[in-house]
Amino acid sequence: MSREGSPQMPAGHGSGIPGPGGHGGRARIEKAHDPKGAVRRLLHYLRSQKWLLVIIIVFAAMSTILALFGPFLLGVAIDKAIKGAALRELLHVSLLMLGVYLGSWLTQIVQSVLMAKASQRAMRELRAHLFSHLQTLSLSFFDRHSHGDLMSRLTNDMDNISRVLSQNATQLFTGFLTLFGILAMMFALSPYLALGSMLVFPLMFALVAVVGKRTRKWYRGLQAKIGQLNGQLVEMYSGQRVIIAFGQQGTTLKRFDVANESVRQMGIRAQTYAMLMPPLLGILSNANIAVVAGLGGWMTLRGMASVGIIAAFIMYSRRFAQPLRQLANLYNQIQAALAGAERIFEIIDTVPEISDLPDAIELGQIAGAVVFDHVSFSYVPDVPILKDISLAVKPGQAIALVGPTGAGKTTIVNILTRFYDIDSGAISIDGVDIRGVSRDSLRQQLGIVLQSTFLFSESAMENIRYGRLDASDEEVIAAATLANADQFIRRLPYGYDTLLTERGGNLSEGQRQLMAIARAVLADPRILILDEATSSVDTRTEVSIQSALLKLMHGRTSFVIAHRLSTIRNADQVLVIDNGRVVERGNHDELIAKRGFYYRLYMSQFRGGSKQRVVSRLS
Amino acid sequence: MKSLRRMFGFVNPYRVKAIIALILLLGMVGADLLIPRLTQRIIDRGIAAQNMHVIASTALIMVGIALLSALFSVGNTILSVRVAQDFAADVRSAIVRKVQTFSFGSLDKLRTGKLLVRTTSDVNMVQSIVAMSLRILTRAPVWMVGSIIMLVLTSRRLSILMACFLPFIALAIILFMRKAQPLFLLVQKALDRLNGVLQENLAGMRLIKAFVRVGHEKERFDDANTKLMRKNISVMEMMAFLIPTMLLIVNLGVVGAVWFGGTSVISGRLTPGQLVASINYMSFALFPILMLAGMVGPLSAADASSARILEVLDTDADVKEKKDARSLEDVEGRVEFENVSFSYSRDGNDPVLKGINLVVKPGETVAILGATGAGKSSLIDLIPRFYDVSAGRVRIDGIDVRDIELHSLRTHIGLALQEAILFGGTIRDNICYGQPQASEEEIVAAAVAAQAHAFIIALPDGYDTKVGERGVTLSGGEKQRIAIARSLLVRPKILILDDSTSAVDVETEALLQDALDSLIAQSQHTTTRVIVAQRISTVLLADKIVVLDRGEIAATGTHADLLATSPIYQEIYRSQLGDGGAAHV
Repeated sequence: MSREGSPQMPAGHGSGIPGPGGHGGRARIEKAHDPKGAVRRLLHYLRSQKWLLVIIIVFAAMSTILALFGPFLLGVAIDKAIKGAALRELLHVSLLMLGVYLGSWLTQIVQSVLMAKASQRAMRELRAHLFSHLQTLSLSFFDRHSHGDLMSRLTNDMDNISRVLSQNATQLFTGFLTLFGILAMMFALSPYLALGSMLVFPLMFALVAVVGKRTRKWYRGLQAKIGQLNGQLVEMYSGQRVIIAFGQQGTTLKRFDVANESVRQMGIRAQTYAMLMPPLLGILSNANIAVVAGLGGWMTLRGMASVGIIAAFIMYSRRFAQPLRQLANLYNQIQAALAGAERIFEIIDTVPEISDLPDAIELGQIAGAVVFDHVSFSYVPDVPILKDISLAVKPGQAIALVGPTGAGKTTIVNILTRFYDIDSGAISIDGVDIRGVSRDSLRQQLGIVLQSTFLFSESAMENIRYGRLDASDEEVIAAATLANADQFIRRLPYGYDTLLTERGGNLSEGQRQLMAIARAVLADPRILILDEATSSVDTRTEVSIQSALLKLMHGRTSFVIAHRLSTIRNADQVLVIDNGRVVERGNHDELIAKRGFYYRLYMSQFRGGSKQRVVSRLS
Repeated sequence: MKSLRRMFGFVNPYRVKAIIALILLLGMVGADLLIPRLTQRIIDRGIAAQNMHVIASTALIMVGIALLSALFSVGNTILSVRVAQDFAADVRSAIVRKVQTFSFGSLDKLRTGKLLVRTTSDVNMVQSIVAMSLRILTRAPVWMVGSIIMLVLTSRRLSILMACFLPFIALAIILFMRKAQPLFLLVQKALDRLNGVLQENLAGMRLIKAFVRVGHEKERFDDANTKLMRKNISVMEMMAFLIPTMLLIVNLGVVGAVWFGGTSVISGRLTPGQLVASINYMSFALFPILMLAGMVGPLSAADASSARILEVLDTDADVKEKKDARSLEDVEGRVEFENVSFSYSRDGNDPVLKGINLVVKPGETVAILGATGAGKSSLIDLIPRFYDVSAGRVRIDGIDVRDIELHSLRTHIGLALQEAILFGGTIRDNICYGQPQASEEEIVAAAVAAQAHAFIIALPDGYDTKVGERGVTLSGGEKQRIAIARSLLVRPKILILDDSTSAVDVETEALLQDALDSLIAQSQHTTTRVIVAQRISTVLLADKIVVLDRGEIAATGTHADLLATSPIYQEIYRSQLGDGGAAHV
């Protein structure tokens, strides 16, 4: 999905296009369910800056009010000039104007700079909060939420909130203040002329309300269409290879054209409405100037107004439209931000399904005896994956988990590491129930080599060091050497400093497995969990991996999800799992002698099936 | 801004609309610029001359002009929105059409996420600039120039004052452009970095938990988070300083006009009306700068977006169809590799296949065995021409695949890829993807052969069960079997299974192979099979097994031959099937 920072919409178009990622395929109705709650919680992140906020509000108010005096003074100055007043008086007014504008300039800068600090600090806090909360959530949460969806919350939603906090919140305040300030100034200057202007102002309000409502309606429609198009694009691009393989480019384009066309049509409607607002407001303010000039002129002839007042009114009329337009846009942006905030708080409010008990103890140095006592587990309620599993492993023993795909082998690993907590029964290490120890201390004793090796986009050195962060370079190299990884790492363009990529593009599958083994060697755990990769590497690397694994397993308790016969033969115990139950146990030879499930599995998976087929074919 | 300029080429088909929009814009600005002059008339000829008639008639004219301007403005909006939306639809379409010409090489470079961002938010970004260029981007400078002209016409004296301010304004703009653009870039970089950390965190969550490295991750995140905050603050601080300052320049102009204009009025060298009009023009002239200041961010973002879009549009199709390419009729299914070498890089470095010679006869089943990275997938990707060979040639029925129409070539090949990609929609839709008009019997037959029928009918809606995000989740093995059914349904002359049973258990796989045998035996034409596999059990029955090792053919033969002669094959056999010979049988 969107694996790179996508540029955001410029301010003022915030209600536009949902980014790619989580929103594909569904229409997003941008409305918070509980706007007040979202606002309250957002304010929470600003609470440490309470006084800063007070200062910001004071300065914002000062700057707005000062700016409002400008046209008023302008009117005074013009009237004085027309009346032929002394230059001194004109100079005084001019200097006063200068002071007012300078004051407004200064207060506005102070206000904006402080706001930048306050809002960005709050954003950092919110992001950090979300991120660290994400780290506490168990894997089942990540099973349920796609990366695209989470990324979208962390980027698009955050961006909307940031915009509201840094700009829109003050705009909301100063906008209303300006509107009422202008009205107040107008009534102070000339109540009748102000009433005249009131002929047009309500029209402006009505225009903003009506057009704004229509715009929102069309935008919702547009979002739905865009959602459909995005969904289609996601599917198309991720299936592009299949499209090519089956030569379906033509039909794909046909489908795309339909969706593209409906976005265009809806886009024209929504955008036309949205964009009509500013010019129409401009027209109304021109109309108001006509009213002011006409009515004002008539009043001036009767001595009820003056040229200065007319000039001041003209300036005010021009200023009236801007905050009105801003406020109209704000509604959409604030709604979008609050909806985004709710999505973010939804994550923050997710209670980790697995958490340490309040009195959880730290698991110290262990010997490595593991006991499963009648353990049952299900990912989804009522769909049991493991049923009544019991096993006991002595320190230093190797246990091989064998069974068909989907039997529950990986699940055993998942519950031993407490990625998930079991439903019933107990798992203990050295006699201590693992639910009573902290997860961190538990996992520090476990070394896990997963089937697919994840590499960070950092150097080879750092990727191995991930096993133990305080390891020295020498220790890392020693671990790599033990894991038979040293040789190929040194052959990389920059040796240990070679930057690896997430998907490990510059390493082969086998080399990545060796990296994972090196990590585990460095971590030096008492208990080892190996999800043996299916035989997918070239024979030479395979030999390297085998010998590295043997070295790694030496002296440690090991759980191996085994795919290789050699591993199974070397194991102290073989646990045959089918359908979530232990169906047989013993060592390889015992199990073969039993001629039971394992024997049949072995026959089909490793020998028999093939043999029979060879025979049947040859005959 | 070079990329953005190139993107404007897409406006060309709509230039008539665009030009009319611009003409309407000029009319609108012109009408707006008349308003202060009319105010002046009211003040000087109406109020000063005590002439009510002039006041009333001028006010009416002003209303008329406001209405006229409204008309222009509505027209301009309608047209410019249309142009922008047409533009966006065309660009999206151009990107998607370009992608449809891609083969695998281009897709390796431009992955799903990249393509998606380019087709959605990047297009959107540029589209909004196109809309603005027909509106405020053009209006602002026209307004500015127009106001200055009107100012000169209204009062020479005050226009000299205005001239004093121009250098400051120019300076402010230059300063802004210089400072702002790099800062916006830095913010973008900081944001990308933060997203990168997030992305990795999500992708590596299991590992992070397993190694108890949350603290380390938080440090990484905090670092990126703090950097982003700092960069954001620095941009915002600059804006916090610049915008009020520009506003101040405008206001200083007004104050200057009040003082100089006021003294001129007192000394009788300027009428009150001229003063009011001049002040209006002066603020008209300066306000557009503020508007433009707000555009720097979006403009540089749009330029970056344009560059990303153009990267897609400029990508040359990696596999091109010859002009005189022929279509394939009556394929027998003979596949030949003649001295084939292949490299993913254009300069031919790091070849993944070297000197491959291989003949697959019609109806034969050839298995390709070897480790990951040995070149198995690369080898079979050359048959449907997903990539082009670097040297040598691949032939079907004796014809070089580069001389065959791509569509015709690929319709004769049925393919199940390593990663079974299913589309949204029902299971039925997925199976008949390559053959939408297939009958129910054909679909079921394909599913039965692929060992998929049993689990499909056990699903809530059977063949009509929806798959994908909101539908059922299928296991890897189930997806693979549907993908195989999909490839069988097109009744291919050449069937390629690229490790497409890796997640299917061995017993099911054996059933599948048997079913495949009988399905092919029943059909009227022969089917050549090329099977890529990592498990010995998958390849046992092949007419010919090709062992690939580091891009070269290490051995060829039947199972029995290879077991007798090939050390690599023996090694693989031992590691998978054990070394005990017939010990337990």
